[in-house]
Amino acid sequence: MVTEERVWAALAEIPDPEIPTVSVVDLGVVRAVEVEGGRVRVEFTPTFLGCPALEVMRDQMAASIRALGGEPQVDVIQDDSWSTDRITAEGRRKLRESGFAPPAPREAAPPTLVQLETSAFRCPYCGSTETRLENIFGPTPCRSIRYCSGCRQPFEQFKTI
Amino acid sequence: MTSRAEELLTLADDELILGWRNSEWTGIAPFLEEDVAFSSIAQTEIGHARAFYELAAQELGTNADELAFDRDPEEYRCAPLVELRLVPDWARTIARHWLYETADAIRIEALKSSENEAVAGLAAKIDREEVYHRIHADMWARQLRASPERGRFEGAVAELWPYALGLVEGEQRGQLCSAVGRETVDAVERGTHTEELRPLWEEMTMVRRSVAGAAW
Repeated sequence: MVTEERVWAALAEIPDPEIPTVSVVDLGVVRAVEVEGGRVRVEFTPTFLGCPALEVMRDQMAASIRALGGEPQVDVIQDDSWSTDRITAEGRRKLRESGFAPPAPREAAPPTLVQLETSAFRCPYCGSTETRLENIFGPTPCRSIRYCSGCRQPFEQFKTI
Repeated sequence: MTSRAEELLTLADDELILGWRNSEWTGIAPFLEEDVAFSSIAQTEIGHARAFYELAAQELGTNADELAFDRDPEEYRCAPLVELRLVPDWARTIARHWLYETADAIRIEALKSSENEAVAGLAAKIDREEVYHRIHADMWARQLRASPERGRFEGAVAELWPYALGLVEGEQRGQLCSAVGRETVDAVERGTHTEELRPLWEEMTMVRRSVAGAAW
């Protein structure tokens, strides 16, 4: 019998293909799960629209639901409802453990260069806040590159959106 | 075709072709940070194109890949600004980047109050991603203006300004003039294409034209 609880538990096992320690539930991209009989509808809110991991996540969600015996319908919701504030506390902890600084909380006004250059971001390796912005852009749309003067290592920072 | 589908295709085509042009810096930018930056910006713009194509495809009964890759070059609605092949000229590239992002911010802001909920929601999401493009474009425009070679950048802005005006219509042109601090001129309008579109299109659609319906 497919239940909402079982679906959420199964989705919590699906890794982000690019940051595998974090699950799609940790990322906060699952907005809703509805079960009606054997039919399971999931509302999936992409992180960044250009993220190449979107299809992989969507297909893996459908596969997990099928494995539970449900008939999946994964609706991709391309609206404004996902922000980095939806990454869970658990997700943030896991990001830090994998060498990513979690995103700063979203503010009312959009970020500025001065903010990105001057805000204190803690190094995920040594905890120092003596870090600087190296590049607004990184290897995927969701990341910036920073450098820690404390342990002299570059690290990746999740962009706030 | 409905006017909404036309508008969505216009936006999608601009973002797709500009994304393609931005990706031409991958591997050859003046330094590594900009290789990464332009590649990432290209990826985001193409992601936005896909989202706009998907909305258009719902109205037109097709799919995003068919709209992106299976039309003839004449059918694309992109503005001539995004078609120009500007590698390896960094000053002109930054001039286009800055003009495009400034104009795009104006039209995305307007789209956020679209009567169509799907369009408004998508525009709001895109706007938050585009903030990082604007920060990057403004940073570089400031940097080149502060350089002893600023004449190259200002010359490029002057050259591309009529093209940039062609990106937006109506009252948004006045807003763009204020935003970039320039007087209005005769715009290079959408609807005709530069000679530079076809070679891009040939490369971009090569796989689809070789193997009909190819997906990857």
